[in-house]
Formats: sequence, structure tokens, C-alpha cells
Amino acid sequence: MLDAIVQGILLGGYYAILAAGLSLMFGVVRFINLAHGDLAMLGAYLALFCVERLGLPVWLAVAATLPAMAALGWLLQATIFARTLKAGILLPLLATFGLGAVLQNGMFGLFGSDTKSLGNHIGSLSWSSWQVPFDISVGKLPMFTFVVAVFVLGALHLLLARTKVGRAIRATSIDPEAAELVGIEAARVHRVAAAIAVALAALAGAFLAMRALITPYAGPAQLIFAFEAVVIGGIGSLWGTLVGGIVLGIAQSLGAWLSPQFFQLAGHVIFLAVLGARLWRTHVAEHGGWRNVVSGVRA
Amino acid sequence: MNENARPIFTVAPRRASPAGWIAIVAVAMLAVVPLLCGGPVVDKLTTLCVYVLLAVMWNLLAGYAGLVSVGQQAFFGLGGYFALRLVEAGLPPYPALVAGAFASAGIAVPISLFLLRLRNGEFAIAMWVTAEAFRLLVMFDPLVQGETGTSLLALNAYEPDLRRNLTYWVALASMAAMTAGSYWLLCRRIGWAARAIRDDEDAAASIGIETMRVKRVIFIVAALGCALAGCIWLASAITFQPRTNFGVQWTVFMLFMVLVGGLRSFEGPIIGALLFFAVQEIFGDFGAWYLAGLGAVAVAFALYLPEGIWGALRSRTGIELMPTQVKHP
Repeated sequence: MLDAIVQGILLGGYYAILAAGLSLMFGVVRFINLAHGDLAMLGAYLALFCVERLGLPVWLAVAATLPAMAALGWLLQATIFARTLKAGILLPLLATFGLGAVLQNGMFGLFGSDTKSLGNHIGSLSWSSWQVPFDISVGKLPMFTFVVAVFVLGALHLLLARTKVGRAIRATSIDPEAAELVGIEAARVHRVAAAIAVALAALAGAFLAMRALITPYAGPAQLIFAFEAVVIGGIGSLWGTLVGGIVLGIAQSLGAWLSPQFFQLAGHVIFLAVLGARLWRTHVAEHGGWRNVVSGVRA
Repeated sequence: MNENARPIFTVAPRRASPAGWIAIVAVAMLAVVPLLCGGPVVDKLTTLCVYVLLAVMWNLLAGYAGLVSVGQQAFFGLGGYFALRLVEAGLPPYPALVAGAFASAGIAVPISLFLLRLRNGEFAIAMWVTAEAFRLLVMFDPLVQGETGTSLLALNAYEPDLRRNLTYWVALASMAAMTAGSYWLLCRRIGWAARAIRDDEDAAASIGIETMRVKRVIFIVAALGCALAGCIWLASAITFQPRTNFGVQWTVFMLFMVLVGGLRSFEGPIIGALLFFAVQEIFGDFGAWYLAGLGAVAVAFALYLPEGIWGALRSRTGIELMPTQVKHP
């Protein structure tokens, strides 16, 4: 069980990378990109393409994929997302959901249904591990993923806290109109945020492809995991996504430890439980404390 | 009459409009199709009824009440599952299918207490997670055998032609009843309340609309409609596979039909369903590229024609067959 918890924490690193982009988009551009998971898969397939067809080493392939995917994010924001945002909350959801269908089936058409993996191309990293006390083995790849996650979140934190771009992003996320008044071009900030978000999705996708087999239709499940991590950690909080990712990872790996079928279900259950607890807390706060709620007194 | 006392808007007419009569005649004509046409036509029309039903339900939910759900497949799948379980318990197949749909709608009641407190994107994805959770739970049932799924073999007791016609009549009746029912809802006070909530939930609450109650009624009606569609699908496909029956592709289809036909109009989703049916017939064999094309068309409509075909037609010509809009005198 201790082993399951350790593996869950490390899995949380992957979820944090995946969720950071979703959280950034939600916090800054204020919409949920339902194609986030599919963009992660696209990043993974792009990296695979660089390795298998162009013969690049994996790290170079990932390094080449990230700027390309950032450019794609910029482009998507400029062409699709910005246009739908003007029309309320419904159209962004519909447009990104449609985009997801295009990406999934397009990847299926281009790359076929064979499951693929980057695992064969990273040598011993994919399977070797360190033995630590209490009979726990820590995989090198999960550990590496976790370290990258902390590094990525740290870099993002510094970017937001210290740089001019970061200040503009924070200002836009708090009040886009006020930000415009002080000379920040909100649309431009949104494009930067989308570029970062899609690049992070692609990075997560590449890590997933190293750890597991991927298919063109794996995106929606990844979107759900990312969203669960964001909600569990608290929407709009950067380090919260790491906490959320770790909680989700632990729940899933404890679930899988009970029975392999419980892997996903345990994640969904913890997500719904956190959501329920949050709604209950709001409900209680609105009705004058839990004593009143429990005893049926109307505030 | 005092100028101030004039109503600011008039509600849709109380007597059936000409289009309403046409719809009634059309349904009556469709009902006798099995007596005149062969099996393949009846099968196609059954599929069409399922599409119209799904589109109308999703429009009721997303277009009129602002509840964008990407998890309606939860009720679609659960309806079929409950029907299977009821048949296993000894109920005859057709009553079991209808009862299964109502059981699935019953599950919507506790879900509504919880999920309807969420808004927008959170609601959308939480519904999706719920559908996934149900899919995983259903897979634990030994009857379903995990991914393998099962079949509604009890239907084989019927002679094939009779079974086909019965399924079609159930489909037609469900489609007609749910469509008429949602039109009736939309023309009543609750329909107006739902639209007010869609446009601004806080403002709606502040003028005394019981937002939770209104959303719950719409949500449960839409769940019933999707569950009926799921049961009819099970009756015509016979097989039940968790990955198909709880598949998110149902939401993709609903989204496409409603968005292309015309969100927020009553006629739009029906036109969208007819169009989707035609597209499916012509391009369905292209597999993945066809589905990618559906997504691309949906994106294009969201970007350039968000009101859909019917919405664009209505704003250009002013025609309205089944008015559910506010009319300013």
C-alpha cells in the first residue's frame, strides 16, 4: 500500500503537467478547452513522428515538438478560441469539443489505430528503477516526470511572478478590461497563455507516450484526468494543480492496488467527493453554519 | 386599455399552429409506414427517430436551459442497462425497455441535486465524469461481462418483422411524445423561466425564479428522452457494449445536429437531425475521416453561423413554424 501511495504521488507529477495548461487557460482566458487532452495526444504523435520517421533522438524530438505545439496554441487562440469567446460560454465549449473530434479522428486517419509508445526509444529509462527502503521501487521515468513537473510549475510561477509577460497575464486574468486600460492587449495575452497551455499539453502527452501505449482516442480520458486534478487542487491555483494531481494519482493507484478495474473509478469518485464537499461547504456557509443545516433551522 | 397595462410580450398561441397540425399528420403518416414499406425503410426511420429525439432533448437542455452537458450518454447507456436487468428479472422486453428509460430518469433525480449546482464548463465535464463513472460501474455487473457486453436475446422471441415494427412504433411514439412534451414545456411558465436562467442565472434568481427547481425539471425530462433513445437503440441493435452505449460520440452527434440545425429554435434540431441522418447515410462509410469532418463542420458553424441553418433562415425571412420566441407586439 505504501508502494501504491508512492507511485500515486509520482503519477501526480504527470497530471500536474497535463493540468497546468488547462488551469492556465481557465484562469486567464476563462474557458475550458475540451480539446486539451486531444492536443496532448497530438503532441505525443508529433514527437513519435519525429523519432520514427525523421530519426531524431527522443529529447530532440520533444524539444522540436514543444515550439511547434506552442505555435499551434497561438494560432488556435487567434483563429478559433478568441472568436467564440465573444459569444458567451456555450460556443467555446461546442467549438473545442468539435475540435477534439477533428483531432481524434484526424490522428486516427493519419497514424492508424495501432497503439504506439515512445517507451522503446528511451532505453533503460522506461523500465529501470531505484530500490528504496520498505521494499519500494521508484521508477526512474516517473521520478523524472515528477521532477520535470516541479520544474515546469516553478518556471511558470517565476514567469507569472517576475516577468512583464507574467504581470500582464495576471492583470488580464483578474480584469481584462482594466488591463486594457493600462495598455495591456488582452487578446495578445490570451494568445501567449494558449501557446503555453498547448505546449504543456504536448509535453504531458510526450511523457504519457514514454510511460504507456497511446491511441488517437486517448485524449478525452486525459482531459477528464486533467480537469479532475484542476478541480481537486482548486481552480486557478498553479501549485494547486500539483496537489490535485497528487491526490488524483494516489486515489487511482490505491484503487488499482485494490483491483485493476478500480484505477479510473477511484479517481472519478475522489473528484466527485471533493466537488460534493465543496458544494456542501458553500451550502453550509450560505445557511448559517452546519449546526443550522443539520438541525433544519432556516437561516 | 391603459398603455402601461399592455403585456410586453405574448406567449406562443394556445391553439395548435398550422405547423402543429402538419406535424400531427406527419406522425400519423409515419405510423402506417411499416404497413406499406419493407424492413430496411423501417430500420432507417427508427434510427431517424432516435436522432430527432436526441437532438430535441439536447437542445432543450443546452439551447433553452443553458445546461451544456457532455454526459447525456450516461442516461442513454443506463436506460439500456436497466432494460437488460429488468428483462433478466423476468419482465417482457418492451415494457422493460420503457421501464428502463424511466428508471434511468429516476437516477437523474439524485444527480440533479448535486451537479446542477455547478455552472457552465464545470457542469459539462462533471456530467462527463458521471457518465464515465456509470460506464465503469456497469462493467462490474457480471451480466455485462466488462468490456464484452451482452445482448437482449429475449427480443428473439418475437418474429423479426414484428420486432422491427414494434421497435419502430416505440421509437416514433417516444419521439413524438417527447418532442410535443418539450414544446408544451417551453410554451409554459417553466420554459420562460429556463430561458431566463440560461441568459443570466443570478438575475433570474433575483426576480423570484426558483432556479434549481426549473433546471431540475428540464434536466430530468432531457434524461428521460436520452434514456428512451438509449433503450430504442438497444432494441434495434440488440447488443449492449458499455463502450458504445456510454460512448461520448452520442454527445458529438447531438452537438452536431443541434449546432448545425439551429440552437435555441424548436425546428432547428429536427432539421439538424434530418441533415445528420442524410450525412450519415452518404458519408458514414468513410469512418474516421467522416467523424473528423463532422467535428470540423461543428467548429465552422460555431465560428461563422452560431445560430445554425434554421436560425439564419429565420432571421433572414422571419418565418417561424413552431414559435417559442418572445414576440414583441
